[in-house]
Amino acid sequence: MSYGDFEVVIGLEVHAQLNTKTKMFCNCPTSFGDEQNVNTCPVCLALPGALPVPNKEAFTKSIAFGTAIDATVNKTSIFDRKNYFYPDSPKAYQITQMDVPIVEKGHLIIDMEDGSQKRIGITRAHLEEDAGKNIHEGDHSKVDLNRAGTPLLEIVSEPDMRSSDEAIAYLKKLHSIVRYLGIGDANMQEGSFRCDANVSIRPKGDTKLYTRVELKNINSFKFIQKAIELEVERQIDAWEDGVYEKEIFQETRLYDSAKNETRSMRGKEGAADYRYFPEPDIPPVTLDDETLAKYSQIPELPDQKRDRYVNDFGISAYDASVLTAEPELAAFFETLIDHKATPKMAVSWMTVELLGRLNKAGLSIEESPVSALTLSELIVRIEDNTISGKAGKDVLDYLMENSVSVDDAIDKLGLKQISDDGAIIAMIDEIMAANPAQVEQFRAGKETLMGFFVGQVMKASKGSANPGLVNKLLKEKLQG
Amino acid sequence: MITLKEALTLNPGELDEFKQDLSAKIKASNLGAYIEQHTGEAINTYGSGVPVLIKDNIQVKGWSITSASKILQGYIAPYNATVIEKMTANGLAAFGRANMDQFAMGSSTETSFYGNTLNPHDPTKVPGGSSGGSAAAVAGGIAIAALGSDTGGSIRQPAAFCGCVGLKPTYGRVSRFGLGAYSSSLDQIGPITQTVEDAAILYDILSGHDPKDATSAKLAPDQTAKNLNPDRKLTIAVIENFLDQAGDEIKTATRNAIKALEDAGHTIIYKNFSNVEHHISTYYIIATAEASANLSRYDGVRYGFRKEEGNLKDMYFDTRGEGFGDEVKRRILLGSFVLSSGYYDAYYLKAQKVRHLIKDEYNKVFEEADLILMPVTPTTAFEFNSKSSPIEMYLSDIYTISLNLAGLPGISVPVGKDKAGLPIGMQLVAKAFNEQTLLDGAASAERILSL
Ligand SMILES: [Zn+2]
Repeated sequence: MSYGDFEVVIGLEVHAQLNTKTKMFCNCPTSFGDEQNVNTCPVCLALPGALPVPNKEAFTKSIAFGTAIDATVNKTSIFDRKNYFYPDSPKAYQITQMDVPIVEKGHLIIDMEDGSQKRIGITRAHLEEDAGKNIHEGDHSKVDLNRAGTPLLEIVSEPDMRSSDEAIAYLKKLHSIVRYLGIGDANMQEGSFRCDANVSIRPKGDTKLYTRVELKNINSFKFIQKAIELEVERQIDAWEDGVYEKEIFQETRLYDSAKNETRSMRGKEGAADYRYFPEPDIPPVTLDDETLAKYSQIPELPDQKRDRYVNDFGISAYDASVLTAEPELAAFFETLIDHKATPKMAVSWMTVELLGRLNKAGLSIEESPVSALTLSELIVRIEDNTISGKAGKDVLDYLMENSVSVDDAIDKLGLKQISDDGAIIAMIDEIMAANPAQVEQFRAGKETLMGFFVGQVMKASKGSANPGLVNKLLKEKLQG
Repeated sequence: MITLKEALTLNPGELDEFKQDLSAKIKASNLGAYIEQHTGEAINTYGSGVPVLIKDNIQVKGWSITSASKILQGYIAPYNATVIEKMTANGLAAFGRANMDQFAMGSSTETSFYGNTLNPHDPTKVPGGSSGGSAAAVAGGIAIAALGSDTGGSIRQPAAFCGCVGLKPTYGRVSRFGLGAYSSSLDQIGPITQTVEDAAILYDILSGHDPKDATSAKLAPDQTAKNLNPDRKLTIAVIENFLDQAGDEIKTATRNAIKALEDAGHTIIYKNFSNVEHHISTYYIIATAEASANLSRYDGVRYGFRKEEGNLKDMYFDTRGEGFGDEVKRRILLGSFVLSSGYYDAYYLKAQKVRHLIKDEYNKVFEEADLILMPVTPTTAFEFNSKSSPIEMYLSDIYTISLNLAGLPGISVPVGKDKAGLPIGMQLVAKAFNEQTLLDGAASAERILSL
């Protein structure tokens, strides 16, 4: 993206739900999609006398995250109350971490399309509880508190991004880290990975930060990019029209994907006073060294995995990036390799053939009707010449629709290559007997007739004869 | 009235008979100590053990628990406070709702939504508060024992006004799970009883770590009753400048008690507290700040009273405007103010610093003493509507609030009566988690003064 004489400054706040078994401060399950208000208890309903008890699992997952972004994990962190009235906030305050968050001062590296890399600072990541949901129906509203109290890790970046492309690269990297660590589902549609963007512009060369506008309510990477671009355009237009001071002020704007526009949410109303103060129901939480050490042991992250694929398997950096973007893709690929597929075959059969078909069907890798084990069997059958590569595509098509084994599919489609010398020789003998004239012409030197014989054999075998073998045996016989 | 210790020896048949008599007595009494006396309902009961009266801010499953407020009218508690579970497991039964100051905010039980509770020694006088119903019932012979809660003196002050024993345990000793919160960092549940031994018995049952309360200390239930030793000789520090500020009759009764303790072999030393004038402001900043958030959940959305006309904002304003009494609103406003941006450092943060200084001051005295002795109240029970301003009412807590700020255990024991026959209490304070010493000292005082 180019913004002419302007530089764009973007900071992102991501709310990642942690996939703990229970909520942040009570024992209710965190499951999604249940009947309204089923997953609630005195604590998350804010009944009189109920008290919050912090969920240790949320801390261990935060330790893993802090380690992954090379951050400081605070041994002691402190919860605070953020006061505001809203029906989806049953206590009318949110328990969050203000002054001493669990994670501080981290960063991650984003990869740009031109191959360059950039470091994006992460100011902090703190634990807090999610709100419930208000459901508006005609002239009344309902409140569903199933989600109330779900643990959130709010990840706040530095204002280090200079384009919507960088913002998306950062988000995708963050998303992939959360998935790799297995600390959250990070499903944007379901709202378990939500992003607010703070956007401002300034003349190139200027170092001061101008008015930032917060964009909220964006539930896909595509829409985030669009929302940022729209907002940048709005601010640049205002600047160029000489109305920047008047039209651009600190506010929250909502992105409407249907209309592809942003609109003001709270207007010019003064900043809310949340009256933060330390949560008296929860003493400062101190993690012991053992816990810190144990949960700092994290799995291989996407960047490390990508580099390892390039080094160990000799595949391209591009292919390696595709395969490591999501942990499920990498796991699928590694299953192929573990089951004797050669890396080059695994890459092409997975990225081109399988992902192509899944894309068309609108399926994710987790929903693939063809498992990694099945695909590895198919690749092995191609590599051991049981079937041709071309036949392999037909088999894969068949497997996308039918839940059978690879060998059954090959049988069913009659695509097994005949690699048995005897069977092919028998066919050759028959064809030579039926075409004595052509045999004579060939032997007289008309070698172009080779194609005729190959065609006849393939026809006789209904295309299942191993073409290499047919050529070899025909030559021997004809030259006989 | 039989003591808790005696009641625990009754067989089921005797207990049933006793409870029937008790219900009749309550019905005949005009103290207004039980909320049921105001509403005309039958006494709420839970379980089949020895009856103990429960302050209306402690959750009992199936009961209407309202903190004596309008805003919680209609709310039925769907779960038991941990203390109720513990009581039930130890042969006690929740029996009746004790009247109280609304949301435990008050020192006279006059802020109750249900009406006044009378002092059993003089119906023109308040029983104290906020656990006024609990103390009045125990002192008035219509409860064996009661649970109260103490945020700034709410167990000890009514116990002193009514002439019974009131124990506030160390912060963290008794689970707060199920106690409708006033000020989370100050609240503690405790017993109000006829005798020190009963206080020890009930306290032992209530105490112990609760995983449902993150501020609960990781300690096993205490065993003070079976170890109770009134013969233990202790060093007791009298806070002289506190005593000097008290009314004459309080001063005299307390000095007599000190003399008796000294004669009984205890060592008495004298100390002063500095900057006492900051105790009240520190307490009211911290308590109201926490209360302003704790009471935000009463918004009309999910339970209790709701006034619904107009939009969401109207619902909040009308529900809370009508649902809360004046004193509650005053404290919510004060608490919201001290937390608001621009004032936080000057009030809340400074109050937290003073709180630490108060704790340090106590610890310093405890380097030389096992117990600290001071009055409970500056005066004996006062008349209804006699405090001309909130500040005057707040000043009646001057001797009790610093313990809550320091998190220390304290007990109020009767030491005599004034000329009008109103009870006078004396307060003992122990080191954190040293309830045994506290109860030993109180048992000694009780025996010496042969009450
Ligand atoms: Zn819950």
